[in-house]
Amino acid sequence: MPEAPLRERPMWPWQVLLLLALFGAWHVLTRIEILPPFFFGEPVQVLARIWDWFATGKIFPHLGVTLLETVLAFAIGTSLGLAMGLWLGLSPRAARLLDPYVTAFNSMPRVILAPIFAVWFGLGIWSKVLLGVTLVFFIVFFSVYHGVREVSPVLLNNARMLGATRTQLLRHVYLPSATGWVFASLHTSVGMAFVGAVVGEYLGSARGVGYLILQAEGVFDVNTVFAGVIVLTLAALSLDRLVTLAERRLMNWRPNAQEQGIRS
Amino acid sequence: MPAAQQIPPALVLDQVTCTFRARGSARDDYTAVRGASLSVQDAEFVSLVGPTGCGKSTLLNLAAGLQAPTQGTVTVFGAPLRGLNAQAGYLFQADALFPWRTALDNVAIGLELRGVGKSAARERAQDWLRRVGLGSHAAKYPHEMSGGMRKRAALAQTLILEPRMLLMDEPFSALDVQTRQLMENELLNLWAQDRRCVLFVTHDLEEAIALSDRVVVLSAGPASRPIAEYVVDLPRPRDVQEITMHPHFVELHRAIWRALKQEVMKAHEAVDA
Repeated sequence: MPEAPLRERPMWPWQVLLLLALFGAWHVLTRIEILPPFFFGEPVQVLARIWDWFATGKIFPHLGVTLLETVLAFAIGTSLGLAMGLWLGLSPRAARLLDPYVTAFNSMPRVILAPIFAVWFGLGIWSKVLLGVTLVFFIVFFSVYHGVREVSPVLLNNARMLGATRTQLLRHVYLPSATGWVFASLHTSVGMAFVGAVVGEYLGSARGVGYLILQAEGVFDVNTVFAGVIVLTLAALSLDRLVTLAERRLMNWRPNAQEQGIRS
Repeated sequence: MPAAQQIPPALVLDQVTCTFRARGSARDDYTAVRGASLSVQDAEFVSLVGPTGCGKSTLLNLAAGLQAPTQGTVTVFGAPLRGLNAQAGYLFQADALFPWRTALDNVAIGLELRGVGKSAARERAQDWLRRVGLGSHAAKYPHEMSGGMRKRAALAQTLILEPRMLLMDEPFSALDVQTRQLMENELLNLWAQDRRCVLFVTHDLEEAIALSDRVVVLSAGPASRPIAEYVVDLPRPRDVQEITMHPHFVELHRAIWRALKQEVMKAHEAVDA
């Protein structure tokens, strides 16, 4: 193995350069019509559309709704996943009873449920939130469920010998251990919460970035579609960044918490 | 006080057997300990030695109440043990500090679990960190501490609750020789301050003799039990390094090793067979 360098050079200039190169290639290819602009859009137009959205403030109500749905789905899905994961992880009987149902629900293509949620909860935000919850829940649930079973038995015995009751074990051993697994799954969950919100909007709504994209597709306005996708991507990146910041704050007891590179 | 003359032994294991049920047939059941009897007086330091896999840790877990005996009884200060042994502090062989707590909060946790206020618990924890020589490392997380520092913190974590009985499962086996001798002397110092009873498991005969009032030799597993006992009548206070030069230490070592050696050989034959 090669020796690690003393200090890593910052990577972001290269990352920005790569982005510019991609946009440049996109621009040139559509300009000289190797890629037909009608189907592939024009980056300058796309950026102009984004600029226009933010300059006039037209995007904010839509982005606000999408973000609200995402954050709600993320928060509710994570809490439920954590609670269920702890519960089933701690009571093997319940886990054995519910095992086939959990597997069945998880393997079900949940996006198909979106129209049903729309019928149940209307076209407002809650049908989207629920879709996001079904996606986020399982990611968090499985990592907590498996994590609970791998809590160090020595730590558990030590806590018990130090006088911990069952509830205290939960609070002082299982929950702190679980935060590690929750954070490991949160980066995936943030993305899934977004998928839930946008797909929900796409299938029926009156507001949200997914709605904007759907409208633009209806009139073959590819530039607006791409603009919507880019805005969503940036929003997802910012949320992921927030998760990373929270992780660093809460997981500072872990060795090298700051030095983790690319996550799954 | 006349009652003081009739203090019951701190710990009595009476004819205990401990069988671990196998998943498959009963033929695969493993009996770690069979018909083992052991008694430890208050303020006595007793070591258990034996070949690897002889059920030393099982005996300790029985005394702690982490494991219930299949047969036989465990008595703690005259009362039969049900559930966990609340009189005992347990020092584990593996690292048992909570990785998400600083040294200070690790030492304070036992008091917190007992409902002592956070600031009061921390104040006493700081005092205990000083006593084990970690006064200036209170804010460190376990992964920032060396193996020796972690053991000190674990010792303080246990001793802050002032247990009447200390159970130790090869606590220093993972440390290098120098750190280990330092820790052994430190343990003797702490113990001398208010002698509680100690049951100390080790596979290191020198450590056992240097620390203890009595050394109990266990037979090779499975179905192991105490087979010999030696009173260590060496003077205290001791220095674990200097005491090994004492002529009586050498005699004791030779006598106990003779008994232990046969069991070690048996354990090896069992593995090789």
